[in-house]
Amino acid sequence: MSHRISIMIVSGAIERLQMAAMVASVGAVSGNEVTVFLSMNALPAFKKGAASDAPAEGPVGTLLADKKVPAFKKLFEQAVELGDAKIHACSMAMDILGYVQEDIEPYLGEPMGLTKFLDDSAAAQVWSF
Amino acid sequence: MAKHRTIDARGSFCPGPLMELIAAMKMAEVGEEIEILSTDKGSANDIPEWIHKVKHEHLGTEEKDGVWHVLVKKTH
Repeated sequence: MSHRISIMIVSGAIERLQMAAMVASVGAVSGNEVTVFLSMNALPAFKKGAASDAPAEGPVGTLLADKKVPAFKKLFEQAVELGDAKIHACSMAMDILGYVQEDIEPYLGEPMGLTKFLDDSAAAQVWSF
Repeated sequence: MAKHRTIDARGSFCPGPLMELIAAMKMAEVGEEIEILSTDKGSANDIPEWIHKVKHEHLGTEEKDGVWHVLVKKTH
């Protein structure tokens, strides 16, 4: 049975980005309709050319860098390519950071407002990181 | 004899092996068998869950020298 899964990410810490990427990719390739909303400190990680190793919050985040875990951005890209996930930057965060669409990763869709995200998430499992 | 291909995901952590399998499944033909090699025990347990969920056929899982071999048949 497929479900709707909504993921809101506001942290720029590697542990949270990694876990969110895992939920998004595995959720999307298992037949669920996945929407990811990137805001606050999460959005700069999706600027084109941003490092793939975001800062760690704790010891496991440091370990992640040493182990062969799939890069979080690669997982988000696979969520889109293999599972048809939709990833949107928060339009408010885009404005605050002064980004335009060309500044962010090409697999991100059009920026989305909170009203639309909340509406799309009304009947979804909601995960926040 | 069904076509058979092997995906070597040894050394990769969850969900790397699953994502590699799925990428291979997309390319494969219906009826083809794919064997995924993983050193990540979590993936060895989780991959069959995915296979059942999306209704492919799990042909078996075995461990040899610390490497899990998960065999799946693409059914649709």
